Amino acid sequence: MEKPLTQHIVPGRQPLSLKEYEQVGGYQSVRKVFKEMTPAEVQTLVKDSNLRGRGGAGFNTGLKWSFVPMGPDAATPKYLVANADEMEPGTFKDRLLLEGNPHQLIEGMIVAAYAIQASISYVFLRWAYKLAAQEITKAIHEAYEAGYLGKNILGSGFDLEMHLHTGVGRYMCGEETALLNALEGKRANPRAKPPFPQVSGLFGKPTIVNNVETLCNLPHIVNKGAEWFKKLGLTEDAGTKLYGVSGRVKTPGCWELPMGITIRELLEDYAGGMQDGYLFKGLLPGGASTDFLVAEHLDLPMDYGAIQAAGSRLGTGTMIILDDQTCPVGFVHNLQHFFAQESCGFCTPCREGLPWVEKILLAIDKGEGKPEHLLTLDFHTKYLGPGNTFCALAPGAMEPLQSALKYFREDFERHIHEHHCPWSKAWQPSI
Amino acid sequence: MLTTEEIQKINHEISQVPSPKNACIEALKIVQQNDGWVSDERLQDVAAYVGMSTAELDSVATFYNLIFRQPVGRHVILLCDSISCYVMGYEDLRDHLYNKLSIQYGQTTADGRFTLLPNCCLGTCDCAPALMIDNDLYRNLTVEQLDEILNKYT
Repeated sequence: MEKPLTQHIVPGRQPLSLKEYEQVGGYQSVRKVFKEMTPAEVQTLVKDSNLRGRGGAGFNTGLKWSFVPMGPDAATPKYLVANADEMEPGTFKDRLLLEGNPHQLIEGMIVAAYAIQASISYVFLRWAYKLAAQEITKAIHEAYEAGYLGKNILGSGFDLEMHLHTGVGRYMCGEETALLNALEGKRANPRAKPPFPQVSGLFGKPTIVNNVETLCNLPHIVNKGAEWFKKLGLTEDAGTKLYGVSGRVKTPGCWELPMGITIRELLEDYAGGMQDGYLFKGLLPGGASTDFLVAEHLDLPMDYGAIQAAGSRLGTGTMIILDDQTCPVGFVHNLQHFFAQESCGFCTPCREGLPWVEKILLAIDKGEGKPEHLLTLDFHTKYLGPGNTFCALAPGAMEPLQSALKYFREDFERHIHEHHCPWSKAWQPSI
Repeated sequence: MLTTEEIQKINHEISQVPSPKNACIEALKIVQQNDGWVSDERLQDVAAYVGMSTAELDSVATFYNLIFRQPVGRHVILLCDSISCYVMGYEDLRDHLYNKLSIQYGQTTADGRFTLLPNCCLGTCDCAPALMIDNDLYRNLTVEQLDEILNKYT
């Protein structure tokens, strides 16, 4: 089984230095694109590889790049931003790549920057990843020293600056237009689209924002080709995927596996099955903003199409397991508290709706729920759904709620009828 | 007043961006690194230096979870209350910290040693429950380990 993204990552060991990285073929893709390929050819290669954004949206990466204006009349400078603001609860996959092999990210960023002819790039890193910040700072410095960054890289005539920007804690920054506002020193509110960042992004210039895992795939696609990449996947989706599992399983963790491995294989073969004394009740397949799946879905492949057909999203591919001893209302309450807190307040449905949802869940969780509360929650799942809010935060928040109301409605009703939490510990939210 | 060293660092950040305003978050970080938080007076100083009104800069500062606009203790405990930590029982850690330090979320111990804040998420969900003290991450925590960890910070 090939594991291109993690082959040189050894947990607990220092990441490869630039020299060591070069010894295992590092930066070859940069030499290759400069010598043998035009930016348009790189874009076409990535489009043909069917690499889809690994940050959650799953949009074809090469296609995303193709909207960037090219040629002598295009606005300059163009920007490339690596979205390393991994803040979705339950998601911890990019940390592995950032701490484990920062040069792979830098190499991927150079390839992406060349493809869109960007001359300035940023790694937008979440504040909590202190070790990653150290390693990336060191790697960027090494890359400048070796001539992979800066002016006239490897004599190609291509220039690229790279900066590390650490955020100051706001989930909204993961949304690409809000991230750009944060980079500009503003409140991280999302921007209206169009214009899309590809045309008018950072400081009003053409900008591409790609997820860390997406970017790390690029050197391998350049070196080995689109067909090789497609064959890595077990289903119609290409490549490998970093999958994670957290919750009451025996061996929680993060693994690089072929795209399309089944949920059951992940849960049983890699995460070791449920801990003794705990039974499986449900799971969020791709982070906090994805719909619950239940036992009937365990044999589904973890890819974009199959999970979507089951009514959820692959999202980040990091699963959170709900066990039989965790109250599903408390579970959803915890999620809604997070989303309500992290709403940027820019649009009314999200700003007003999410705290309302949270208050209702608190009441139900404490045994003070009323039958009509469930109808109010149903109402919210509709009116905070896609198309009713300015960005995807509130629709994302509604995904676990609507599916919990579908699969675990009896548990909600028991809270209301019995006037207390059957798991006998209502979750107390923070301030 | 901004110190000479702070101005040097802020100038470096300003040199990287089209307008001084674009460096305002970096400037706030620089001040907070020295003081532990950003007071009204210091916020005014930064606003004046980067060419923003105080209200405009405050709207930015208060937007972000980790720009502190109130004094904090010598050490800040960020307890992860994300969904994975919830499933893995972070509430026991929270309750122990409440009892041990005689504070609740958002409060600082009487001796100024610790401020306790909830945080979501620390991005180490496979090793839940977790917390961070200053820049130090602690994972796979049990209540029994907490006292020893706290003792490292004076």
